[in-house]
Order: sequence, then structure tokens, then C-alpha cells
Amino acid sequence: MSMIEFHNVEKYYGKFQALKAINLTIERGEIVTIIGPSGSGKSTLLRTINGLELVSGGQLIVDDFDLADRKTNMNKIRKNVGMVFQHFNLYANKTVLQNITLGPEKVLKHSKTEAEAEAMQLLKLVGLEDQAQKLPSMLSGGQKQRIAIARSLAMKPKALLFDEPTSALDPEMIGDVLDVMKKVAKQGMTMIVVTHEMGFAREVGNRVIFMADGQIREDSHEPKEFFAHPQDIRAQEFLSKIIHNS
Amino acid sequence: MITILTDHWADLVAGLRITLSASLLALLGSLIIGVIFALFVISPLKPLRVIGNIYVEIFRNIPLLVVALFFYIVIPQFVVQIDGFTAGTIGLTIYTSAFIAETVRAGIESVDIGQMEAARSNGMTYLQAMGYIVLPQAIKIVIPPLGNQFVNLVKNSSVLAFLAGFDLMYQANLIVSSTLKTTDTYLAVGLLYLLMTMPLSYLMRYLEKRWAKQPAND
Repeated sequence: MSMIEFHNVEKYYGKFQALKAINLTIERGEIVTIIGPSGSGKSTLLRTINGLELVSGGQLIVDDFDLADRKTNMNKIRKNVGMVFQHFNLYANKTVLQNITLGPEKVLKHSKTEAEAEAMQLLKLVGLEDQAQKLPSMLSGGQKQRIAIARSLAMKPKALLFDEPTSALDPEMIGDVLDVMKKVAKQGMTMIVVTHEMGFAREVGNRVIFMADGQIREDSHEPKEFFAHPQDIRAQEFLSKIIHNS
Repeated sequence: MITILTDHWADLVAGLRITLSASLLALLGSLIIGVIFALFVISPLKPLRVIGNIYVEIFRNIPLLVVALFFYIVIPQFVVQIDGFTAGTIGLTIYTSAFIAETVRAGIESVDIGQMEAARSNGMTYLQAMGYIVLPQAIKIVIPPLGNQFVNLVKNSSVLAFLAGFDLMYQANLIVSSTLKTTDTYLAVGLLYLLMTMPLSYLMRYLEKRWAKQPAND
């Protein structure tokens, strides 16, 4: 089975249609980047995958669970699908170490020692093992985001969702976060990344999806080819604007 | 005023003791009930929201005296015999819990929605996310308004005097009726109330400062 399958998925906010007839299949191990202008529905699409947004119509299968079915237990899906947010959302009342161990302890029922040992390994992976006892408020944005990635990895998820993970960061912090994401990608994790980092989409991603007006306008398994020769007219406009601005 | 204090010291201490225990019981009870109803009011489940809102709106908008008299007069007639102290403390608890529910609700809503989303994305259930992440931050935020509620509660405990609750205010009324020294008695009693409420205010302020420095759960 594929990791994620959208079949004619729709999403409405009142009368506004945020997602229009989305059809998309993502296989295990794929690194998918989603790009597009703001308001195109890319964050909404991402948030439906772990049930933070409920779909209004169609069928959405994640890890063999149907998210459109009201009887589906969302907690089971979220255990297996991690999420990294634009604004980090580290637990403000917990230390860095506790941020990482809380899920494994309370959800996966790991022992405290086991959870802490794993957390220290993950802190090493993201290069922040010396920050374990600090509170999130004492860290820089880039450090916070690397902790947030470690927190998601601690749950040993089958897929990781990234919602504009570098958009709230100072330019000099972005590289550190992208490096960590590259490491995770190399480990074979299924990743879906909403991003404005075209370099990451081109070099690290093995598939790029362009969205506009709640629709998938282009879906390419050749990111380099897509960035050189986008087929969709909206994608051409979008990319030319970005190139002119950078 | 000094003679009132010395002559009636035993009665006043007995009253003080009743006032303190009623306040302490009501404080604990209203905090627990208040948090539960705050969770009802913001619950994703509509029936709980409706129950929560009805509870808060009713008890917030009826005078405390009416609530207390209800428990003193109506409950013994139809349900079970309870004395003035019990009726008064229950009334005080329920009345205060409605205000605490409102205070805690506001606190929960002021915690960034991202905290709940992150906790849910981390696999936690709604109640786990509430208990480990959102509530500890919310309680920290509402310490100052909670302090006000607690001080009000101690003062409101004087409602027991109307229900033969033998509290400080009740003793004061007795002393006045036997000595006719109104001014002195009520001044003395006012001082005794201050003696209870001032330390409480300082305690809350201390907690506010202490918790500002560290995570709420440590």
C-alpha cells in the first residue's frame, strides 16, 4: 500500500473552497516538496494528512486508515505521522529534553530512561546535545526548529510533515535546519515539505508539487526538470517571480 | 475595640476557625469544579459545551446569598438535612466555581493554539495535551485573577452569618446584639478579615513571581 492516497479530496471553510478535487498518491520513502503562492492550499493539504484539518469530501487514506471516516482514531495516525510547524510550537512549559521525551513516554509508553537516552541521541543528530536542560524560550529560532524535528523523530514516525519549516527563521539559521532535514531525508524517511526553499525542493526533493487556487497544477518526479521547464502557466509565472526577486 | 477583642476572644477565634475552614474547603472545591467546567465550556463536544455554559451563566448571575439560601432552605426540605455551615460552603463553592471557570477558560484560550496542535501531532490525546501542555500554561497565566477570586471568596464567606453558620460575621452579630457596641465590633471583625485576606494576596503574588521564572510543572 502507498503511504498516503488522496482521492478527490475537497476542503471547505464555510463557502470558501480551500482544496479542489485533490488526487495524489505518495509512496513510502518519497521526499515530496509542495510549492506555490500563498493561499494556494498547500498548508491546508499538509494539515489534512494528520487530521489537523478534516476533509469535507473525497477519500484520504494515510497508512491504511481512512481519514474521511469519522470513526477513524486520529491519535493512531498522528502517532505515525509527525509534524514540524512554521512557528516550532515547542512546549513552552517543558525543557528541551522533556519536549522530546514527552511523546515517547506518554504515547508510546517508553520508560523515562529509555526515552531520555533516545532523546540525547536525537539531540546529537541535530547538534544540540548541550541544550537539553534549557527552556525553549532561551533558544534561537533555528535551534527551536531543530529541536522540533528531533521531537517528531522521537516518535519514530512513518512519515514527517513540514509546514514551511524555515519561513520564520533568520537567513543565517536556515542552513542549519535544512542540513538536519537532509540528514533525515537520507535515512529514508517519507517527507512532505511545504516550502519556499527552491534550492531544497530542487536538490533534496525527489518530487515537486506545484499548487495554485486549491488545486495541484503540476506534479513532477523530476524536480530539476520542473524548475528548468515548468509546464503549467501558473507555475511559470510563480517561478519567474521568485527568480526575479532573489 | 480592644475590650471587644479581649472579652470575646474565644467566640471570635471560634468564628475565625469556621470562616477559615469554609474558605479553604470552598477554595479547593471551586478550583477543581471551576477547572472542570472551564474544560466543558471549551470542549470540542457540543453537549459538554452547553452544560458548561448553562452552569456558568446561572451561578455567575445569581446573588451568592440566593444560592446559599437555596442550599440552606430548599435542599433540607426535599433532599437531605444539612446545617448552615455545609449549606453555606456548598453555595460558596458553586458560586465561586462559576467565576473560576470563566477565568480559567480565558487562560486556556490565551495559550497559543500551536501548543495544542503540536501536542496532538505528537500523538497525545486531547486530554493528555490539555493536562500536560495547555492547562499548566493556562493556570500560570491566570494566577493573578485567580488570586482576586480567592480573596473575594474569603470575604464572601460572611454569607454564612445568614445561615447560622457560626462564622466570624455570625459571631460579630451575636456580640453586637449582646453588647450594642456596633462600631467597635465591626471594626475588630474587619481587622480580622484583613488578617486573612492580606496574606492570601501576598501568597498569590509570590506564586505569580515564582512561577514566572520556571516551567509550570516543576
